[in-house]
Amino acid sequence: MAAIRTKPDHQLYTFEGFGSSKYPNLMLRGAGDLHNWHLKVYTEKWEGYEACRKALKMEPAAVTAEVKASDLRGRGGAGFRTGMKWGFMPKDTPERKVTRYLVCNGDEGEPGTFKDRAILEYNPHQLIEGMVIAGWAMQCRTGFIYLRGEFSWLIDKLEAALQEARDAGFLGKDILGTGWDFDILTYRGAGAYICGEETALLNSLEGRRGEPRVKPPFPASVGAFGQPTTVNNVETLAAVAPILRMGGHAYAQLGTPGNTGTRIYGLSGHVKRPGLYELPLGLPMDFILNDLGGGSSTGRKLKAVIPGGSSAPVFDAKDFDCPMDFDTVKARGSMAGSGGMIVMDESTCMVQALLRLTHFYAHESCGQCTPCREGCNWMEMILHRLEHGQGRPGDLELLASLPPRINLRTLCPLGDAACGPVESFLQKFRGEFEYHLEHKTCMVGAKSILPELVAAH
Amino acid sequence: MNHPLPPETSDVPLAPGERLPKTQRDKLSPEAVAKIQAIASQFPDRMAGTLPALYIAQKEFGFLSLGAMKEVAAALGVTEGHVFGVATFYTMFRKKPVGRYHFEVCTNLCCALNGAAELLAKVIEKTGARPGEGPSPDGLWSVDEVECLASCGSGPCIQINHGVFDEFVDEAKLEALMDACRRGETAAWGE
Repeated sequence: MAAIRTKPDHQLYTFEGFGSSKYPNLMLRGAGDLHNWHLKVYTEKWEGYEACRKALKMEPAAVTAEVKASDLRGRGGAGFRTGMKWGFMPKDTPERKVTRYLVCNGDEGEPGTFKDRAILEYNPHQLIEGMVIAGWAMQCRTGFIYLRGEFSWLIDKLEAALQEARDAGFLGKDILGTGWDFDILTYRGAGAYICGEETALLNSLEGRRGEPRVKPPFPASVGAFGQPTTVNNVETLAAVAPILRMGGHAYAQLGTPGNTGTRIYGLSGHVKRPGLYELPLGLPMDFILNDLGGGSSTGRKLKAVIPGGSSAPVFDAKDFDCPMDFDTVKARGSMAGSGGMIVMDESTCMVQALLRLTHFYAHESCGQCTPCREGCNWMEMILHRLEHGQGRPGDLELLASLPPRINLRTLCPLGDAACGPVESFLQKFRGEFEYHLEHKTCMVGAKSILPELVAAH
Repeated sequence: MNHPLPPETSDVPLAPGERLPKTQRDKLSPEAVAKIQAIASQFPDRMAGTLPALYIAQKEFGFLSLGAMKEVAAALGVTEGHVFGVATFYTMFRKKPVGRYHFEVCTNLCCALNGAAELLAKVIEKTGARPGEGPSPDGLWSVDEVECLASCGSGPCIQINHGVFDEFVDEAKLEALMDACRRGETAAWGE
């Protein structure tokens, strides 16, 4: 049975003014329409593959220069400049021809993040076009789209889109008469969050356990199958075609200096209109929360928002005015990360919320590095005690002492990701933790959100 | 992840030097072997075919026993230890049987804020299967609690047999989903 969806989508993708010059729609075009994924729709409605034709008439280095001019920053979480990353790939020399690979990271597993899925489902050709352009810019031989295992329902559609692109001559041998061969293979992960980390992803792509590698060497020198490789997020690659169409400098006019273009914000949790909103970078968080998201879904005041996927340190109400761009969010003590905003109202017990997140990191730690493997489990154990009324004197100090012993002491950032929430929840909502410790019960009298506690009642 | 083989797995872990049991059930079909080899040949290194091959074996056998892993190793031409290591690392490779309809309920924070815990309790009550305990007595259902399914904006959500996300699931919708499964409108595990 094919897994191509035949039912309408509940997801909200549009709002008043969406698609105007103020809120340009570059990546979510046609999202929500089940037939939007076809090549015919993409070419007739959305200027499909025009950017690809334009790029393949340019020198590869000029394409990279265009992306550098756009100042596009990676949308997977770290915000590293894409043009610079492409520039790290080694060039051919008269003595040595290099095999280069391009890998699209579609292992979207960060809680609160659900943007790549929409691009893959409604705009796969935009991703494919972006990959062809990136492949040309870096002169790659093959592209891989690594999808998380749970996205098996998207693979049929993606394969069909790839075949449409091959049949139309945008993939395969001698693309558009340039003499350049490039094809894309899909690869399905199998349920490991850590495979979103680029070197773990490469190990998984090679058929191994998804354990991060020691860096250096970085993937640009030794990546997939030992060859130079660039790994880019789905949304990053989907932004490449609009950049080539508009021109890098025009794209850089969107957003704010140093934080250019549009990105897809995901609203979830206690918000009236959850969904994905494509917006220029730098708009204030309360505009996204209230004007677009409709504010609290419960009628209660909002207490906290995690601004960039579950590993971003939490914001309390005093930071809701924060402009949502990489640098400002970082200056306020969090990170813009993957753009997934988890909204919590005042009835949420922060101890429970943190326990659930820490359980996730403890479960997903690959186990290679002792600080992360033991530390995440230890933090979860302490929080479990607190939540179940079994907290001990000194537990909060012990909990606060663990992140500094995990942070930056591991091969990959999963350990750091687990620490962000712990440090920020403790810092901003310490009163709730102290109340749990002292009174063996919840300060906000929250309804339990944890299955074990629901089952117990 | 990074867990040893669960004790309730169908096969007893081997003592050092002991040979894997050979059972009729653990023979991959010639079509599956051909498919595995075709996939492996697409990559610069045959080992890259490990994950796709394990999926193919899982589809054939319903779950991955030690015998099934051995078959995969033979089809790929890689070591049994490598296949075992990979199969036990990833959560989507089942080391024990699942029901005809395998329900995976996301209980991560975004879904939890919107009632995932209550939904999981309802799923357990209605199916008679519990997370991590194998299929219900009639073999129709099994249930797992899973981490984020990337459906945060429309949670709580359930995935059935890695098919389609079903969004904003409540009790009425759950009933409708289970009825659709009973009528065979949803692909069964392995189809």
